[in-house]
Amino acid sequence: MEVVRVENATRVYRTGKVETYALRGVSLSIESGEFTGLVGPSGSGKTTLLQLMGCLDQPTEGRVYIKGKDVSRLSRNQRADMRRGNIGFIFQFFALIPTLTAYENVEMPLLLNGQGAAERRKRVMELLEAVGMAERAHHRPDQLSGGEQQRVAIARALAARPSLILADEPTANLDTPNGQQVMEIMRRLNQETGVTFVFATHDPRVIRYARRVITLRDGLVVADDVAGVRSPEA
Amino acid sequence: MIQLYKMAWRNLGRNRRRTFFSMLALACGVALLLFMAAFVAGEMRDSLQSAIRLHSGHLQVWAASYDEDRTSLAWEDLLENPDALAAQIAARPEVRVATPRLYATGIVVAGATSTGVRVVGIDPDSPASAPFREGMVSGDYLAPDDRGGLLMGRTLAEKLHLSPGDTVNLLVNTANGDVDEQRFVIRGIYSTGIPGYDESTLFLPLSKAQAMTRAENHASVIFILLKDQAQTDAVAAALQGPAYQVKTYRQLNALLSEFEEYANGMMFVFYLIVLGITVTVIVNTLVMSVFERTREIGILAAMGMRTGRIMALFFAESSLLALGGIVMGVVLGSLIAAYVQKHGIFLGDFGMTGILIGERIYAYLTLKDVIMLSAMAFVITLLASLYPALLAARLEPIVALRAEK
Repeated sequence: MEVVRVENATRVYRTGKVETYALRGVSLSIESGEFTGLVGPSGSGKTTLLQLMGCLDQPTEGRVYIKGKDVSRLSRNQRADMRRGNIGFIFQFFALIPTLTAYENVEMPLLLNGQGAAERRKRVMELLEAVGMAERAHHRPDQLSGGEQQRVAIARALAARPSLILADEPTANLDTPNGQQVMEIMRRLNQETGVTFVFATHDPRVIRYARRVITLRDGLVVADDVAGVRSPEA
Repeated sequence: MIQLYKMAWRNLGRNRRRTFFSMLALACGVALLLFMAAFVAGEMRDSLQSAIRLHSGHLQVWAASYDEDRTSLAWEDLLENPDALAAQIAARPEVRVATPRLYATGIVVAGATSTGVRVVGIDPDSPASAPFREGMVSGDYLAPDDRGGLLMGRTLAEKLHLSPGDTVNLLVNTANGDVDEQRFVIRGIYSTGIPGYDESTLFLPLSKAQAMTRAENHASVIFILLKDQAQTDAVAAALQGPAYQVKTYRQLNALLSEFEEYANGMMFVFYLIVLGITVTVIVNTLVMSVFERTREIGILAAMGMRTGRIMALFFAESSLLALGGIVMGVVLGSLIAAYVQKHGIFLGDFGMTGILIGERIYAYLTLKDVIMLSAMAFVITLLASLYPALLAARLEPIVALRAEK
């Protein structure tokens, strides 16, 4: 099943009279259960593409569909509703709410979805166990290491059972062992739960994990390879 | 909802000192306003009670044609055989005391200075005259048969540099329209604690006042004090008759009610100004907090928090701040008001005519004022926090997520 479809998406940022093209007509499709990496140098449009797929932003031209629904022209709150039910995010910085414990951070999407207390407790503990953070459930982010925070962020992204998880440079602020651990957990959860992961990176050690690699340059898709089968770089 | 308040509570806890000072600003504003409200309420309550005690009584009975403003002494405007009428009224069970009084306007001349006064003929032995008897500061009180002595208020005596035993000339209007002049000895000096009253009121025994003004067996009013103020209207209705006018303390102190209304209106404006100022401190705190937490707001938005809920988070914070500030303010304000309720504040001669304001004002804090002011502070704080809440809700998630911290 197709989770995301991007059709000829363009994103232009205007600063005064200067127009910057972040994306110049990107088309792609992500199927359910994929573990896909977006690669390319800085400024190639990886983050912009993730933001369009995540309903955080809208294309200047073209269309974005999430599970068949056109999200290109939704209102702000409609996009919030779309994200809440369908999309989880993992950011480069360990984007936890500093005043909440690991447990409460993971619980937040469930609260926003209006789930009952017993169900929330079960789900949160299950996820914290899955990322190996159950023992540190009641620690605040400032009491956790970077790797630990990112693992909590993964649990949070999965909490509301989204069909798509978008990760923007999830290992960029981690050392190698922690980065590997985070990628292992993401891959394992992808295999176990079938949830689709799309992650942007320019770290070759991370690209290794991807089963599909989409390469961007100057706002265009220049290569789209399934693992092991490399297309020649344009 | 509970989670929202939990988050709000923890957010406020991040910068405890700033939170405390924001609350303190609101607390100071609320405390100040509570004290002001208590002060004005105390002043109004005391003025009314003083007016009843000294000047209006709970009720007065007048002749049908009597006009208070003219202080007429014509017999047809006065009550004939007032002692009998007073005794008849005093026989009613609700009445504590009923006593005739005669009012005349006069001029007191001491050496080269003279000043206008209100001459009041009283029954010195009546319980209604107790405030003057008990307020004696020097000399002797009046005897009912005193023919050559008067009581003068302290403020007037000081102004004219007079002491007990000194003599003054008193000119009064009479019933037939003439002016009579006699020499009086100042028997004693009294103080009611209300400078405006003491400066303008001289007392003579009723019989002497009647003789001097040719009012003979007449009085201007029957001054009535009731056992219970709440029975005023009922007794007034019972006393009503074609030959008399019956006036209640509310009618007799209309100026005071008007002043109270005016004072309350002014206070309301004052409340708005003070709360407006204190609330800017809270708004400032919340706006700073929006800027500090930009990225965090972006994360919540990315998770699918709708704009309304983001606003609700800031409203939760401002309502907690408001609540804390208001509780502190009510405690502080009540303590100050309680102190002033017990010890009073010395104002001295306020120099206001028409309203009896004492030298010392005692605060009077009412539950109504506490509730009204607390509610007002709360609502104004919430209204003002609309701005930071909108600021937070309008942040574009992608911009917010890009923020440094």
